[in-house]
Amino acid sequence: MRKAGSFVATTLMLFGPAVALAESEWRGEIALELRAFTESALDPEQNDSNLSLSGEVEYYTSWDNGRQSFTIKPFGRLDQRDYKRTHGDLREAVWIFSDDGLELRAGVDKVFWGVTEVHHLVDIINQTDAVENRDGEQKLGQPMFKLSLERDWGVLDLFYMPMFRERTFPSVEGRPRSQPRVAYELTEYQNHQEKYHQDMALRWSQNLGDWDLGLAHFYGTGREPSYSLGLDDGLPVLIPRYEIIHQSSIDLQGVVGDWLWKFEGIHREGQGPSFFAATGGFEYTFYGIADGSSDLGALAEVMWDERGDSATTPFDRDVFLGLRWVANDVDGTEVLTGVVNDWENSTRFFNLEASRRLGNDWKLGLQARFWSNVDESDALFGLRRDDYIEFKVSRFF
Amino acid sequence: MSLRLLLIVISLVVFNGPVQAGDDAKKGLKIAVEADRRDTGYHDFRAELTMLLRNKHGKESLRSMRTRSLEVEGDGDKTMIIFDQPRDVKGTALLTFSHKIEPDDQWLYLPALKRVKRISSRNKSGPFMGSEFAYEDLASQEVEKYSYRYLKDDTLNDQAMFLIERDPVDENSGYKRQLVWIDQAEYRPQKIEFYDRKDSLLKTLVFRGYVQYLDRYWRAREMFMENHQTGKSTLLTWENYEFRVDLKDSDFTTNSLKRAK
Repeated sequence: MRKAGSFVATTLMLFGPAVALAESEWRGEIALELRAFTESALDPEQNDSNLSLSGEVEYYTSWDNGRQSFTIKPFGRLDQRDYKRTHGDLREAVWIFSDDGLELRAGVDKVFWGVTEVHHLVDIINQTDAVENRDGEQKLGQPMFKLSLERDWGVLDLFYMPMFRERTFPSVEGRPRSQPRVAYELTEYQNHQEKYHQDMALRWSQNLGDWDLGLAHFYGTGREPSYSLGLDDGLPVLIPRYEIIHQSSIDLQGVVGDWLWKFEGIHREGQGPSFFAATGGFEYTFYGIADGSSDLGALAEVMWDERGDSATTPFDRDVFLGLRWVANDVDGTEVLTGVVNDWENSTRFFNLEASRRLGNDWKLGLQARFWSNVDESDALFGLRRDDYIEFKVSRFF
Repeated sequence: MSLRLLLIVISLVVFNGPVQAGDDAKKGLKIAVEADRRDTGYHDFRAELTMLLRNKHGKESLRSMRTRSLEVEGDGDKTMIIFDQPRDVKGTALLTFSHKIEPDDQWLYLPALKRVKRISSRNKSGPFMGSEFAYEDLASQEVEKYSYRYLKDDTLNDQAMFLIERDPVDENSGYKRQLVWIDQAEYRPQKIEFYDRKDSLLKTLVFRGYVQYLDRYWRAREMFMENHQTGKSTLLTWENYEFRVDLKDSDFTTNSLKRAK
């Protein structure tokens, strides 16, 4: 009885202020997306157009004078052609406690590491939701416990991840997709615990004047699978395999006048022979161009992977050159465009992303991706006929 | 005789002139320092602000955000701005460590990607959220960021004013000079005229509805910025000022940026 009483008291102490002082809010987004493919598909199962509807809702509440909060963010998509792209995911469901210099997170969360524009090399905590977009920026929610300590010597993040998420892959009807397709149903694991291998990571980061430095180490199931060629119903498929890896990484970004310098490097063990990979470059911005208020940024990034053509990413010997135009207008108009060129096999990948607001609650987006001169040895070979233009209308509420 | 006159004229211009200018500079600086002294010591505050943007055709759009600020002894303030409207940028947050002379340090948090991006603070003259306020207009106004010259006593809205000219020290500023009307009673800025690099009048900022907090610190409820070259205007309204809410350094880190909602 006494025990129950103290439990109630503790509960009231923890959650009592929630009743009186809770601050909570909702936000959401619904987006309609149309993709038009400009070349005929390699696989007759694929189509030349696709319509897709997605929605995301976020609920946030905080109490205890803002020291504690809870956020939940479910996401869902309905896809016209690809039943694997029709999917849902709990992007976030996380409780956060923070006090002077200490932060504790428990639940499903998303964490981003990295500084470069094109290749997100050091980003490893969350799995890529690859059916969403191939740019590696859409992620699946990751179950985790995270402890952060903020001190004069920097920020130390400790991660414990009790469960692994498999990368999402398109179905046979999906486009763009690799050729042959990835047989997600045949997924293999190096470790017998499979997705329940307990993963860990730590990261130290510090602001050093004009520079931000991060050093990290990850031990657990690698988020990026390796692939082997197999057969499914007599048809060739790629079988993904997840290894237990050790990955050390460094990321560095700095501001020097109008120059923004970026570097990411990794060393990975456990996925074939150990190797190094790196990416880095700069963004130089011309402010107030043409006597106006818009800014033009020139970007250049180099991507290198010791494994060369056998790398698990297409960015092995590549250089990216791009431009970013930010209008600084009421509608928030922005354009980012560029080309990634493999300097060994001359494969080229063009990308254009543009967006602008329409009133207060709407946004228009345009994306174009073209692969050209794709070499047979390049990881992008399967995408050589998947050039597409995407229009997106989003409504925020 | 004519040579003597010429010498007198020269001595007046060369010697007297600079002395005069030096006095004006001293007086201008003194006014700026006094205004700064009166506004020092609040420690920290938070507030909500809205911006009503209006183009020359009268079309309006709204921005809303929250800001928190921490005084830093011997340096510029630390400020965090969290955006609420327009909705597509909701949760985006901007952290600034302003400095007296050195360029400010700035980080932008993009909630969709959970990414903290370092940004160059050289973009001083760029419009803030598409408004008529430039980043430098909203940045912490440190005495060291300008050189000063007292021009004259003036009257504005029946109040006695000091009219001073201040020239940005930073060559990346979008302005050649600013004319500032500061009331003699409380040393509050009441009006600022901004002159572009070609020295033509670009914008006028008017402060309205001053309210005193903690019996000392004056804050304008409204700041109205009018761009004379484009015909656009922005009305910035401050609400729910709260001073000394126990903000700490740890509330102004790139980690706290990721928690900002």
